[in-house]
Order: sequence, then C-alpha cells, then structure tokens
Amino acid sequence: MRITRLALLAGLVLAAPLPAFADTASVAVAANFTEAAKEIAAAFAEKTDHEVQLSFGATGALYTQVTQGAPFQVFLAADDERPTLAVKEGYGVEGSVFTYAVGKLALYSASADVTDGEAALKAGSFDKISIANPETAPYGAAAVETMEKLGVYEALKGKVVQGQSIAQAFQFVETGNAELGFVALAQVINAAAGSRWDVPQDLYEPIGQDAVLLKTGADNPAATAFVDFLKTDEAKAIIARYGYGLDAGA
Amino acid sequence: MDFDGEIGGAILLTLQLATVTTLLLLLVGIPLGWWLARTKSRAKEVVGTLVALPLVLPPTVLGFYLLVALGPDGLGGLFGVRTFAFTFEGLVFGSVVFSLPFAVQPIRDAFEAAGERPFEVAATLRASPLDAFLSVGLPLARPGILTGAVLGFAHTVGEFGVVLMIGGNIPGETKVLSIAIFDFVETLRWREAHILSAGMLVFAFAVILTVSVIDRRARRARAGA
Repeated sequence: MRITRLALLAGLVLAAPLPAFADTASVAVAANFTEAAKEIAAAFAEKTDHEVQLSFGATGALYTQVTQGAPFQVFLAADDERPTLAVKEGYGVEGSVFTYAVGKLALYSASADVTDGEAALKAGSFDKISIANPETAPYGAAAVETMEKLGVYEALKGKVVQGQSIAQAFQFVETGNAELGFVALAQVINAAAGSRWDVPQDLYEPIGQDAVLLKTGADNPAATAFVDFLKTDEAKAIIARYGYGLDAGA
Repeated sequence: MDFDGEIGGAILLTLQLATVTTLLLLLVGIPLGWWLARTKSRAKEVVGTLVALPLVLPPTVLGFYLLVALGPDGLGGLFGVRTFAFTFEGLVFGSVVFSLPFAVQPIRDAFEAAGERPFEVAATLRASPLDAFLSVGLPLARPGILTGAVLGFAHTVGEFGVVLMIGGNIPGETKVLSIAIFDFVETLRWREAHILSAGMLVFAFAVILTVSVIDRRARRARAGA
C-alpha cells in the first residue's frame, strides 16, 4: 500500500511540466539594487526563458556567504572591491568583472523637509539619522564620507543609527524611527511622499557597482546569459530609470 | 579587560542589559508566576499563553511589533521622544518581553510544586496572604526563582534577532555581543568572531550546567523533606 502510494507520488513529480530548455541562476544582489534587479529579472525571464532567483543583502554579508560556499552564480555588488576580490580569491571567473551601475546617494526623510540637505545636516535638529553599516555596505561608507566632507560627522556621530543593509537604513526612516537617513537614490526615486536631497557627487567617491560571474555559474547558461543581459540597452534603460549612473567615470 | 574597546564594550553592554533585564524579569515574573500557579481565575490559561508567546514567535515578529510599538506612533510618540528604538531602554523593554517565558515558567512550576498544603497551614496560623507569600511561598520557590533568573539572564545574552531589528547597531548603546559577532563575521574579521563565539560557548555551557545543578539539588531537598 505504502509502496503504491510512493510510486504514485513519484509519478506525479516526474510528470510535472518542466519548462523546455530553461535554466535557473541564483543571483546575489546588493540591497540597494533590489527594485531594479527585480525588474531586470522579469525582463530577462521574458526574453530568454531562463529564470533568475534573487537574494538580497548587504554587499559585505553576501560576499562572506560567497566565500563560504553559498550557491550563488552571479554577484551584483554595491562596490567595486569585492567582485575583484572574488576573482583574486578564486571565487569569481577571471575577466568577468564589469561595472553595471554607478550608485547615487540621497538624503531622505519621510516627514521633514530635507531638500536642502546640507543645511539640514549642519543644523542637526533631529534625534536620529540612519545610515547603512559603513563596514559592510558601501552606501553607508559613502554616507560617512559625505558627513565628514561637510564637517558634521563628529557632531552627528551620536545620532547615527545603523541598518545592517541599505534596506534596513531606509526602513528606519520610512517607519519614522529615524527622522532622516542616507539611502540609495534608487530606493526613493519613485517615492510618492517624503523629501530628498541628491547628495552632490563631489561629496563622496562614486559608488561603482560591479558584477562578477562566479565560478559556480561559469557553466550555467542562465547565469552567463544574465550577465550578458545586464549589458544590453534594455537592462541599462531600467538601471538608468532608477537613478543610477551607467558610466564608471561619471 | 579593556571595556572601551570594541569587544570589551560589547561584553560590558551585554552584561548591563542582561542584569537590568533580569531584575525586571524577577520583579514581574515572581508575582506573575505566583498568580499563575495559584489563581482559579478563568483568565489563567489566556495569561499563561500570552506569556509563553515569545517561545513560538519568530524574533522578527517581535522585532517588527516592537519597532512599531516603540516608534513615533507608539510609546516613543507618547513620551515625546520620537522613538525608544535604538536606545538601551528600548532593548531592555524588548528583552523583558522576549525572555519573560524563560523566567516565569520555572517560577510558576516551583510555586505549583509547593502545593496547597503549606499555605493552608500558614492560613491556619493566621498568616495574611502577603505574609504567606513572603515567608512560605518565596523560600519554597527559591530554586525555581534562581533558575528563572539564570535562564532569563542567559536568554537575554543570547538574544539576536530582536536586537538586530530595533537596535541600530550603536556602540555602547545597542551593539550587544551577538550583534558584534555578526558584524565581525560579515566583515571577515574571524579572529574576533572566534574569540567572542568561544566565550559564548563556554558561557552557555556554564549556564545550562548551573541550572541542572540547581534543579537536582531542589529535587533532592524535596525528596528529603
């Protein structure tokens, strides 16, 4: 009786319709690129019949997972250090590193007016300002750099709260637990409410966001196709729509 | 040890958090455990269930609700400080909720194990209920209270998910041990992660051993009595 049922189950599983010739790639995505990545993944699936499965996190956290054998095949970082490091340490495919986007930093508030961000930061009339963890998230490092350049970091240090990724930093602002915060422009560019200040580029080093094909994905058609797809005009248009720069020199 | 350093600071903060939390847990847990053990009220099971909820709920659920409850639309707004998240006080509040079942359950068990008899005797001797609680209940339940305190303390030290969601990673304020270890791992500083993790391992072993010893002694004492 049990055997029959098992056989029946096995038959059902085997008979389940499988999409023809399609492969799936696992992609680790820096949190700031979440929305853009989803849109690109959808466009990619439509175009190629391949699927990508996205995992989001802080760049540093994702990289640690890569070094510990996480089953990712492509890594979209928020910096230009870790993908290069991945190649150097033997996790990435040589020659596959390229800049897919240049990240832009924004100061954002759900309630206060921060359109003149510099003045708001210098006035410092708020309790909490949220940033991403500068050690693991490049946007957090850029936020610290900006405050340092403006000469307000020492004064604001005691008001800084950290999210583990730029996603949590944004969440702290959005829920009102922090009045304002440094987030990725991509997170708030489509926001209906709130106010923002696009941090001038001369206040922080450009956030070159590099992608790398990991060795685990070298033989996966979906992974290589996704990397190629990122370089197409269609993907670039989506990336630009979220406020990213496209040229590493920009 | 250097209590200003990254590691020392996290250890000190964690000990402070666990100590304050444990004191509050006893303050709330002893009367609550007493009531749960002795009441005949119909609310008993409901209250007991509420207390036990953190055993089952994912820390993310607690963290999420706490973030809202402590924020501008909750307690923070009520007290005009915007939010209690990202503060030591906020963590204490969260820790008390999170560790409540670990403190209350052994205390309740101890009061229940004491049975009706000693209190009937106390009543016969004209002890007021408060007097019976203080001079009969508390001494009888001492091993359970001790176990509750140790478990509450240890569970607060071991807290991670809730702090990750409402802490904001502020050194000296909310960056506790477990968060520091997380950060060390994520930034590939594994030497520090190893030191702290090994320390936690020894600590956890000592705690569980202590609880077993307390438990055995209490049982032996009861069997001998």
